[in-house]
Amino acid sequence: MSVYRSPGFDFSNSTRNNFLLNKGVPLPKATSTGTTIVGCVFKDGIVLGADTRATEGPIVADKNCEKIHFITEGIRCCGAGTAADTEFTTALISSNMELHALQSGRKPRVVTAMTMLKQTLFRYQGHIGAALVLGGVDPTGPQLFTIHPHGSTDKLPYVTMGSGSLAAMAVFESKWSANMERQEALDLVILAISAGIFNDLGSGSNVDACIITADGTEMLRNVDMPNQRVQKERDYKFRRGTTAWTKEDVRKFVVEETVTSTDEMDTS
Amino acid sequence: MDHIDFNRLKTGEVNLGTSIMAVQFQNGVVIGADSRTTTGSYIANRVTDKLTHVHDRIYCCRSGSAADTQAVADAVHYQLQMYTQMSGGPPPVHTAAALFQRICYENKDGLSAGIIVAGWDKEAGPSVYNIPLGGGLFRQPWAIGGSGSTYVYGYCDATYKEGWGRDETVDFVKNTLALAMSRDGSSGGVIRMCVITEEGVERLFVPGNELPKFWEGAEVLGHAKKINQAEGLAPMVVEA
Repeated sequence: MSVYRSPGFDFSNSTRNNFLLNKGVPLPKATSTGTTIVGCVFKDGIVLGADTRATEGPIVADKNCEKIHFITEGIRCCGAGTAADTEFTTALISSNMELHALQSGRKPRVVTAMTMLKQTLFRYQGHIGAALVLGGVDPTGPQLFTIHPHGSTDKLPYVTMGSGSLAAMAVFESKWSANMERQEALDLVILAISAGIFNDLGSGSNVDACIITADGTEMLRNVDMPNQRVQKERDYKFRRGTTAWTKEDVRKFVVEETVTSTDEMDTS
Repeated sequence: MDHIDFNRLKTGEVNLGTSIMAVQFQNGVVIGADSRTTTGSYIANRVTDKLTHVHDRIYCCRSGSAADTQAVADAVHYQLQMYTQMSGGPPPVHTAAALFQRICYENKDGLSAGIIVAGWDKEAGPSVYNIPLGGGLFRQPWAIGGSGSTYVYGYCDATYKEGWGRDETVDFVKNTLALAMSRDGSSGGVIRMCVITEEGVERLFVPGNELPKFWEGAEVLGHAKKINQAEGLAPMVVEA
């Protein structure tokens, strides 16, 4: 056997798995966040938004999960795609950003997080299924990016990702304007996420939002809950005495037994 | 040819189904690109900037996979900064193009990147280099690339003249890109251009509603109107 290894990662197992998949061997199912996530720039900061549904194929795996992840105090990241991948890549970059801030003694920047994320995702050639919306405020001002699973990035004033991105983008394209006020921007983000929740099967439940300005970060968990379960108007319980009976027989099921002592156990 | 082979892209990959262009003139180069980025049939970004800075007077136009071309451009940008620090002066355009070419050639199996490198240096003046899919390196007076370029080779051959000035070159790039964008579904949006000369880099922008207009079709021999009048056909009534 040759000791030569080509540089970079080895993706041959992935090729084999695809071959097996075509032969009919199923792959294990991953929890995916068939998702609506958005981000939007306003006058003095960024608003991020996300729905809270996690799916496993056609099943809703979690009705109220959190998709806005912590990177640093002034930088947050929404994740769509494979839940585990978004969770762990954001956690990894969060750690590295903290170390980088400690090392350099400066406030961490959004571009730094963006570059770290795109380089990690590019190295894995799309096998890490993380589609991200990265936003934050740093010494250079408010910044907003999208990062695709293969490692390409875009910088735009309003962005959407996930399966509900089309519905959410339709809202942004018709209602977004430059230099919005804080409340205006929050309302728009809630509206965009709601469009995803109601029009996309992969998205649902509640709206999470996060407002980031130079003064601080405000995480608004479940700002809007348009899918609360209400008291049922009727139930399936039968009134007592609905069923007639012809015979009544009460039996005792408790078995009575007496315990008599035998030889003492040898405990020496 | 530098036509983008879409089968090389992995499924779900973000694609720059593009129209890009660079043209040399007396004092500099004009580069231009459309602004469309797609994932399948969805436009992921309608105002993309495909004209990427790699040094003070050297830019590249990216086509193919967005992830691949961004990664390559970032790597070259880094190497050129190192070069500048070590040699004490700005790199020639040929050096930048050779760096791009090396990455594209050595990783030809893993990359789908069609790149045009253009800029100004004091050794060669203005120059344009084309690096198509396999990782070749060709110096050309003008170069076009991306999926939209196939529609306008004839126009470029018929129109290009040597010895143009800045304004004529800008118009040539603008018209060529407008024609490519109108025929290629994967190209569109706005036109972004850069004029790179010894003095500096000037950015130009043409909004989507102000693109140069060409023949856009007409009613065949004016028959449609006549038939309507003769038959007394009215548009279908639709409830308001």
